[in-house]
Amino acid sequence: MKVLAAMSGGVDSAVAAARAADAGHDVTGVHLALASNPQSFRTGARGCCTLEDARDARRAADVIGIPFYVWDLAERFRQDVVEDFVAEYSAGRTPNPCLRCNEKVKFAAVLDKALALGFDAVCTGHYARVVDGRLVRAVDPAKDQSYVLGVLSARQVARAMFPIGTSRKEAVRREAAVRGLAVAAKPDSHDICFIADGDTAGFLQRRLGSAPGPIVDVDGTEVGGHDGAYAFTVGQRRGLRIGRPAPDGMPRYVLDVSPVTNTVTVGPAARLDVYRMVARRAVWSGPAPRAPTPCLAQVRAHGDPVPATARWDGDLLDVELHTIVRGVAPGQAVVLYDAETVIGSATIASTSSAIPAAR
Amino acid sequence: MTRRTYLDHAATTPMLPESLEAMTACLPLVGNPSSLHTSGRLARRLVEESRERIAAALGARPSEVLFTGGGTESDNLAVKGLYWQRHGQDARRRRILLSAVEHHAVMDSALWLAQHEGAEVEWLPVDAAGRMHPETLEAAIAGDPDTVALVSVMWANNEVGTVQPVARLAAVAGSHGVPIHCDAVQAFGQLKVDFAASGLDAMTVTGHKIGGPLGLGLLVLGRSVELTPVMHGGGQERDVRSGTLDTPAIVGLAAAAETAAGTQPRRAAHLAGLRDDLVGRLLAEVSDVVVGGDSRLSLDHRLPGNAHFSFPGCEGDALLMLLDARGIECSTGSACSAGVPQPSHVLLAMGVPEDLARGSLRFSFGHSSTAADVDAVIDAIEPVVTRARRAGQTTVRA
Repeated sequence: MKVLAAMSGGVDSAVAAARAADAGHDVTGVHLALASNPQSFRTGARGCCTLEDARDARRAADVIGIPFYVWDLAERFRQDVVEDFVAEYSAGRTPNPCLRCNEKVKFAAVLDKALALGFDAVCTGHYARVVDGRLVRAVDPAKDQSYVLGVLSARQVARAMFPIGTSRKEAVRREAAVRGLAVAAKPDSHDICFIADGDTAGFLQRRLGSAPGPIVDVDGTEVGGHDGAYAFTVGQRRGLRIGRPAPDGMPRYVLDVSPVTNTVTVGPAARLDVYRMVARRAVWSGPAPRAPTPCLAQVRAHGDPVPATARWDGDLLDVELHTIVRGVAPGQAVVLYDAETVIGSATIASTSSAIPAAR
Repeated sequence: MTRRTYLDHAATTPMLPESLEAMTACLPLVGNPSSLHTSGRLARRLVEESRERIAAALGARPSEVLFTGGGTESDNLAVKGLYWQRHGQDARRRRILLSAVEHHAVMDSALWLAQHEGAEVEWLPVDAAGRMHPETLEAAIAGDPDTVALVSVMWANNEVGTVQPVARLAAVAGSHGVPIHCDAVQAFGQLKVDFAASGLDAMTVTGHKIGGPLGLGLLVLGRSVELTPVMHGGGQERDVRSGTLDTPAIVGLAAAAETAAGTQPRRAAHLAGLRDDLVGRLLAEVSDVVVGGDSRLSLDHRLPGNAHFSFPGCEGDALLMLLDARGIECSTGSACSAGVPQPSHVLLAMGVPEDLARGSLRFSFGHSSTAADVDAVIDAIEPVVTRARRAGQTTVRA
């Protein structure tokens, strides 16, 4: 197959490209330039897409012995990931930009362009597996990235190649060293790549400005103030700066963020318990749960999957959780699994803490 | 590996055998040309004999030939050195007049002076073929001649090959007593370049574009033209440029320069023949292709080795990648940082729409080019363009 290997400059995508080449595929390495004004160097584990990352990717391609190019996707990334991120926060939701990047950039813009140019598949350094055309969790549970890939459709999964999903991270690093790839010991990247200093609240404030509003208790009593509701996310405890203690003396958490009234509602942890959620924009890479379907539901990248029953009416996805999940924010993705295999995903629109009548 | 069809001679061209041989023969020699002992004098003799041969090839006096580290250094030295000198003599001289299609080495030197030294850069417009008219320069200078520090206009453009009316531009600048620099990096070897006849005050040439070594350039600087140095040290080159002279490279460059000048008419005819063949056959092969630059292909108008095409609906980097996979090496002709293509400032200055500019390729011929190179492009181009068009420009604009 003709394979396009997306190479970030990190160890995972380098080993992925090398394995694809070893498997006999005709591999071309491509570094995606996602920042319009790339920094020269990365600072620790933060950020990516620096000129140094591009050079690291090029050197890895040299060592593997494959052609290498840089594709400029900065404008696409800005519109589909960065602006979406800002818009979601300003609407009171909590987006996952990595998931959006996979959905809109890596397995949409890049995949479409690759297919048009004559490639058969896109290979990345994600920790996940494709088994019989289905997306499956990686062998290394600590590194599994099937959650941020859950948004891929069956058509996208069919064109995806994740060669390192069968290995543990330590093995990938050892293999990189054996292969002579200089990125073998490069630190993993963390946080949001386009917020290089890791200060998400500061980034949002620069983009959205200051918008002071009230922080209220569950009964509507004003208990404090904020400089912008977008800086809060459901389940957050820190940074509320509420002077007055709660009557029960228990810590208070963000329960709701309402951009329309610019109000942040806080309350006790028990009110964060979620039993049920409704989600939209479902994408299926497995059989859509037209009838109530037992499955596992996961609501954050490194969260534990919980038993659930899901049902999709063609528009709304209703997920009933059999175990309490605490602090689920609208905007997060819920990914459904059949054991280790991804069924599909959807964006959480609302949650409910009322215990279903049947229970 | 597939047979490589190398059509990127404007980026760099293979060394000529005579240059390689002359340079290689000198590599084992010891002796700093600035040393006073016998070995030093031998090296100095090689340098000065080379300088004389280079001067003869360029229509300059030996004392006007200064060795530098390459074209970019020569451009920096000319623009910054002339600015500092002229502004130092008369503080009113702040204006730097440039054509809008200059190479980044000239553009960015001037922009640096604007950002750090109070210079004012004026971009003089070009026509749709990329040519600056002498009347444009005349009007720009005559508006306030006392405030002009320098003029810089390239001899021939690196992307679209458009030849500027250098002698007429130099006459305009000269009539106002304003020094004019010219980047002749692309022109030498393909066109007749005669420094004395041109009327220029300073001219940039580089070795690796004419089949000489990499890492050695020239600034041809009129005898009476004063320049403030950029780098300081031993003052080896007329107290304008410092650094130990690279004797083997200088000997190699002399050989290449003699060939470049001596074979220029024959070379130009050879390159123009191949280029015209490519243009004609590619136009027949791809119906909507747009030829960039001057449509008049004679030596007065266009570099004989330059062909430039824009493919509507395609992205230049996709075309380049697909051709590379078929063994054909060309260029998008645009500036890169981390390999990210930007729409060419040259094409935009010529009034080419940004979409079309993004879908551009430059094929440049050189001394090792053959008719088989043209055949290879023609064989590959149709499927490549079809495929690139299908990929479209979706990734640059959502």
